[in-house]
Amino acid sequence: MASRSVGAFGSILASVILLLIGVLAFSIRLFSVIKYESVIHEFDPYFNFRVTQYLSKHGIYDFWNWFDDRTWYPLGRVIGGTVYPGLTLTAGFMWWLVNSLNIPLSVETVCVFTAPVFSANASWATFLLTREVKGTGAGLAAAALIAMVPSYMSRSVAGSYDNEAVAIFALIFTFYLYIKTLNTGSLFYAILNALAYFYMVCSWGGYTFIINLIPMHVLLCIATGRYSANLYIAYAPLVILGTLLAALVPVVGFNAVMTSEHFASFLVLVIIHVVALAYHVKRLLTPRMYKVAVTLVIMVGMVGAITLGAILVTLVAASPTKGWSGRSLSLLDPTYASKYIPIIASVSEHQPPTWPSYFMDINVLAFLVPAGIIACFLPLSDSSSFVVLYLVTAAYFSGVMVRLMLVLAPAACILSGIALSEVFTTFTRSLKYHAPLPPPQGSQDMIKDKEFLQTQLSTLNSTINDKAKETPGDKGGKEELKERSSKRSRKKEKEREVSQKATDVDKKKRLLGLPFEASALGIVLLVILGSFYVVHCVWAAAEAYSAPSIVLTSHTGDGGLHVFDDFREAYAWLRHNTEEDDKVASWWDYGYQTTAMANRTVIVDNNTWNNTHIATVGTAMSSPEKQAWEIFQSLDVKYVFVVFGGLVGYPSDDINKFLWMVRIGGGVFPHIKEPDYLRDGTYRIDAQATPTMLNCLMYKLSYYRFADSSMDGKGYDRVRRTEIGKKNFKLTHFEEVFTTHHWMVRIYKLKSPRNLIRGKTKRKGKLAAKAPKSVSSKKQPRKNPF
Amino acid sequence: MASTAGEVRALLSSLRSAYAATPTKLKIIDLYVAYAICTALIQVIYMAIVGSFPFNAFLSGFLSSVGTAVLAVCLRMQVNPKNKEFKELPLERAFADFVLANLVLHLVIMNFLG
Repeated sequence: MASRSVGAFGSILASVILLLIGVLAFSIRLFSVIKYESVIHEFDPYFNFRVTQYLSKHGIYDFWNWFDDRTWYPLGRVIGGTVYPGLTLTAGFMWWLVNSLNIPLSVETVCVFTAPVFSANASWATFLLTREVKGTGAGLAAAALIAMVPSYMSRSVAGSYDNEAVAIFALIFTFYLYIKTLNTGSLFYAILNALAYFYMVCSWGGYTFIINLIPMHVLLCIATGRYSANLYIAYAPLVILGTLLAALVPVVGFNAVMTSEHFASFLVLVIIHVVALAYHVKRLLTPRMYKVAVTLVIMVGMVGAITLGAILVTLVAASPTKGWSGRSLSLLDPTYASKYIPIIASVSEHQPPTWPSYFMDINVLAFLVPAGIIACFLPLSDSSSFVVLYLVTAAYFSGVMVRLMLVLAPAACILSGIALSEVFTTFTRSLKYHAPLPPPQGSQDMIKDKEFLQTQLSTLNSTINDKAKETPGDKGGKEELKERSSKRSRKKEKEREVSQKATDVDKKKRLLGLPFEASALGIVLLVILGSFYVVHCVWAAAEAYSAPSIVLTSHTGDGGLHVFDDFREAYAWLRHNTEEDDKVASWWDYGYQTTAMANRTVIVDNNTWNNTHIATVGTAMSSPEKQAWEIFQSLDVKYVFVVFGGLVGYPSDDINKFLWMVRIGGGVFPHIKEPDYLRDGTYRIDAQATPTMLNCLMYKLSYYRFADSSMDGKGYDRVRRTEIGKKNFKLTHFEEVFTTHHWMVRIYKLKSPRNLIRGKTKRKGKLAAKAPKSVSSKKQPRKNPF
Repeated sequence: MASTAGEVRALLSSLRSAYAATPTKLKIIDLYVAYAICTALIQVIYMAIVGSFPFNAFLSGFLSSVGTAVLAVCLRMQVNPKNKEFKELPLERAFADFVLANLVLHLVIMNFLG
């Protein structure tokens, strides 16, 4: 009775704790909303937001068939076929649900708060997963850890409306259902697993991690002799149904069966069928017959396998990347991207992480994970081997790309939760056995017996020694004494044995327990460790990961807050002061924000699917003014803007990104040569810079009138920390139309085509002279509608 | 060679006798699996002859037969009285799971068929 009520109390406590963990996960991500405002962060979320707006306005059929002509001018982009729809469909569904209940939340509010809601779901999914591996205590610890872990928080704060917000939840949930199927062998959970995998495929390109990790785990189980019917039921329906569902998503399409990322799953499917058949036949036949069958199959099968393997190898070797996509290949071979695909190499998230970033991102868990790995091995089950494999592969991939620390975070939390739970169990058990309860029955007698025996033995010894020299006659008496005492001791021994068996188990448990002070101190130290973790996580949430990066702040001398809202200022200017279908050119980083906030057509954006187009823009930025003007004129561009941080010290401006423009442009157009821009191997903009650098468009657009407008006329660039090289120059083909408050965004307009036939006009007479003048006079009133 | 031929014959006869001892329920399921695999093979041969133009049609047909074969194998494993791990699973539940799984599979197939 007592245990049942304790069990009920325990489950209620667990539910309350889970609810609180969900609230914690939601609220710790709200720092950016409190410190700044409810705004969408970064670059990619703006695209997702624009897509969600379109979905909410036009409905789902128009969304699937949407062809976006406002980006990648003149190519356009097929949104329905190139976007992972999971996030937008989820947010769109939540918006529709909330609005049909007459709660008037705008699309932007729903988008901003999607990520915190799904991080609460992710902690609950982690609880379920860890409970399947090690039990409720470990589950609660793991859920509490992942609610706060900085690595996951960095991609899921309120306002970070990106794929990973829902994808991590889908990842953990899929793994939970896989482990549940493995543990129970129920086909129902296998179907749920396939549907959760479908949701993951819809959400993120990282689904290939799942479809390669699960086959690896199945292979591991088979190789270590742990094949069972549960393994087959967990794996085979997932592959068939999962491949079909993955092919349903338009982004993946037939890649689900044709690219090398999925081949591992098919290979392991064949292997598991062979193993299943072998086990089945082994059960049917006698051992001798089985050996015959094995030799026969090997002889016949070898021939078939070799031919099949040859066909497969030739098919795969025919494609230059061996069937893998560029991004996956850069994961397997970390140097691939820097050699062949500079765009992938240029993204800062794709660089390998530094050692401090591990301690920043998973903090205390870095110490607890090895303990968790050991705890998983005692005892080893299918589910715990899966979690260890997940951690090992995630640790490797996180070492390749800092962005993938996100995939390591759930694994680290699960294993740390297991470790914490095991350690707490040991400590509290030791405490329980040292508690001041009445000692068990035989112990006191046991102690008394021991003393009695000892005195007996000592007296015996002394009597034997004393009377050793005595006559044999006395020996009988001594022997009798010895016998009697030995009989008594033997009886006492038997009693002792019986009571000892009862207390033996207890004694063993006591021996397993640590001394009282050690376990109490251990618990206190662990709680302190946990508090360090919590303090670090809250600090990371408040200071490091809540910046929306579209609004910047700094502290003034007297402690006030100075806000740099230049980006939104520039986009608002573009929105209100240009024509509806004017084309705007900039570096690809700002494409999504421009289409979402300024609502103008852009040339390149963050999708980076067309390297040549980006190289065109990069070449234009690296060329002298006339050539750049010609390139932009051929693309129908009207406005060009650059981001310049020299006046305020903003380090992520276009001059710092200039080396990538040169490299990407030079990769496609050979007349852009990187050494032309380098002096002693570095990019410089001071007086020592090369003439090519001082004449290129990026330099001119960034530093036009910079020297005149600074107070000492010297033009000191705060980011590069030098004076600029060329100070007072005029622009011939561009004119400045807007510069924001802190000079962070500078917008220029292309000058209309110059009258190039100056000399010949005089000969041709007044007719030709009249025509251009009328054209230019017509253009005058249209320039500035406000 | 003769010894191996004799051994092969002995092997086949022992296989046949061992298989004859399996319950009828399982033999029906095995028949269903064999039928589904044959259908899949026929579809592959047809594609090899005619070409794979509506590739999604081929993929959905092929994966539907292979999928239902795999699900039937799972059902057979759950229903087999010799499997100790499924002793407490009632047969009706196993069959209901099988039907539900097939329903989901064919819903997806019909969506993908185009």
